[in-house]
Amino acid sequence: MIEKNKGKWIGLGIGSILVMFFMWGSVIWGLTKIDTQMVIDSFLHFDGSNEHIIIQDTRIPRSLIAAAVGASLAIAGAIMQGITNNPLASPSIFGVNAGASFFVVLGITAFGMTSLMSFTWLAFLGAALAVIIVYSLGTLGKDGLTPIKMTLAGAAIAALFSSLTQGMLTLNEQSLDQALFWLAGSVQGRDLDILVAVFPYILIGLVASLLIGKQINVLAMGEDLAKGLGQKTWLIKVLAALTIVLLAGGAVAVAGPIGFIGIIIPHVARWMVGIDYRWVIPYSGMLGAVLLLIADIGARYIIMPAEVPVGVMTAFIGVPFFIYIARRGINE
Amino acid sequence: MDAIRTNALTLGYGEEDIIEELDLVIPKGKITVFIGGNGSGKSTLLRSLARLLKPKDGSVVLDGADIARTPTKKIAQKLSILPQSPVAPEGLTVLELVKQGRYPYQSWLNQWSEKDEKAVQRAMEVTGVKDLSERKVDSLSGGQRQRAWIAMNLAQDTDIILLDEPTTYLDLTHQIDILDLLSDLNEEENRTIVMVLHDINLACRYADHIVAISNKNIYQQGDPDTIVTPELVANVFGLRCQIMNDPHSGTPMCIPFSRGRRKKDADHERKMDA
Ligand SMILES: Nc1ncnc2c1ncn2[C@@H]1O[C@H](COP(=O)(O)OP(=O)(O)OP(=O)(O)O)[C@@H](O)[C@H]1O
Ligand SMILES: [Mg+2]
Repeated sequence: MIEKNKGKWIGLGIGSILVMFFMWGSVIWGLTKIDTQMVIDSFLHFDGSNEHIIIQDTRIPRSLIAAAVGASLAIAGAIMQGITNNPLASPSIFGVNAGASFFVVLGITAFGMTSLMSFTWLAFLGAALAVIIVYSLGTLGKDGLTPIKMTLAGAAIAALFSSLTQGMLTLNEQSLDQALFWLAGSVQGRDLDILVAVFPYILIGLVASLLIGKQINVLAMGEDLAKGLGQKTWLIKVLAALTIVLLAGGAVAVAGPIGFIGIIIPHVARWMVGIDYRWVIPYSGMLGAVLLLIADIGARYIIMPAEVPVGVMTAFIGVPFFIYIARRGINE
Repeated sequence: MDAIRTNALTLGYGEEDIIEELDLVIPKGKITVFIGGNGSGKSTLLRSLARLLKPKDGSVVLDGADIARTPTKKIAQKLSILPQSPVAPEGLTVLELVKQGRYPYQSWLNQWSEKDEKAVQRAMEVTGVKDLSERKVDSLSGGQRQRAWIAMNLAQDTDIILLDEPTTYLDLTHQIDILDLLSDLNEEENRTIVMVLHDINLACRYADHIVAISNKNIYQQGDPDTIVTPELVANVFGLRCQIMNDPHSGTPMCIPFSRGRRKKDADHERKMDA
């Protein structure tokens, strides 16, 4: 663990450089050989060549999307783990991604929606609904909010939304292709337009997450302690929930559901900087971006010339880690 | 003068009331101790005095104002509470914990000040956790941990301090240590202390004012010397006992009657009954 604040700032600097390095790598590396000169040329004198088209239409969107989505999911997970005091909390385990996905698929299949804006709002709506349901179910009963109840509620809601999504797909086959593609969870083949449409909301979520760190530190001590110290805990929870919805909903709208980043990265961040959320949140963002960029770059090389879906890559890295955390115990 | 006052306070979690129409006055600058059986509502009452639990009916008045209508940070500058068995997040250090006690004095503009630093250092000194400041709270012994929590409360620097069973999990030495510390704070700095204690003998020693809770209301309250009688113990705890004078402090001391173990006690009880 990095103890000194100075070290943490330096780490933040190194992390930002890594993010930029892998964003650059994401543009350069892959089946089609690209070099830095081509990238510059594609901006300055675009000549319609195969390479230039790939850079502008595929690689650059993919790089930007991986960074934004990775950071968003990781930060959403960090906030969820902080306010619920639950090491298993994350957008995918608690059904937030599944909720957002279900609403988008519902929009595509049942209402024939195709506009990017409608995807975005549907994703926010689904994410918000999942957050509200899981929180209410988790608080139900005599002993109030417990990590175990909340995890069970999250798993149940995730399963429910996933089966509803499956149901929608079998009922409505015309729109199957579009929905399936979107559901696969990837950063490749997505339009830059959707990122542009969603980015303002993600940006609000990112800024909010950086401001809320100190309040999460207080809330993590427990509801009674936080209230006793004069915190308006309901307000902080509402702000945190809105931030989660913007980040996780936004990420799903852009890239479909991608698991494991939201659960693993906050643990790595805490391992690096301790439990102060003023640091955990920016570190999560950085590490999340790096992980998804690396996973997406790796996905291009494993079965070249074909590609592995990036969700499979994150699962590969994520599952062993997940088991490790679960074994350490949910109450720790 | 009263520090806190309740008006027809009714408390409960669901349908059932735990406390009904309670009128209670907590005297200023004194040590008040709540006693009562398990589940009698001591914690519930203490939490409501600190606005952690909303009353079903009635009100809690602090400094002449209803706490439900006072900004919560303002209250946190006047009153601090240590809940029953608090849990610190894994990995939090003692210093980080104690620093949280300054939360009520901070805002967007006002970050960490000289005054905050002083209050934190002082709180750690009085509670004797200064040497532990870099240790993780979850790695401490029960007694050290309890002191760290009390240090956080003291850092909050409030005139009124509420504590729910501050001596549970502590060995006798540490129980006395903590209670002596609280009694010093009361005497030297005139702080009002309200706490829940399970040990009647210690309650009698340290309390200026005892509030015995039973049957959703106050069974009796007042100076321990006058109110703590075998009758009170029988009605509040359902326990038969003899009350003697504590040879050390002269305050009432409760000798419970039991069926098991020493024969001498049973003989004695028979004599008392005769
Ligand atoms: N969060 C809660 N939800 C529902 N009921 C509760 C809750 N907390 C306490 N109770 C109930 O309220 C009653 C009073 O509880 P309280 O904790 O105030 O008792 P207590 O006097 O502090 O007991 P103890 O000496 O065991 O700490 C008990 O019957 C308890 O089961
Ligand atoms: Mg209690």
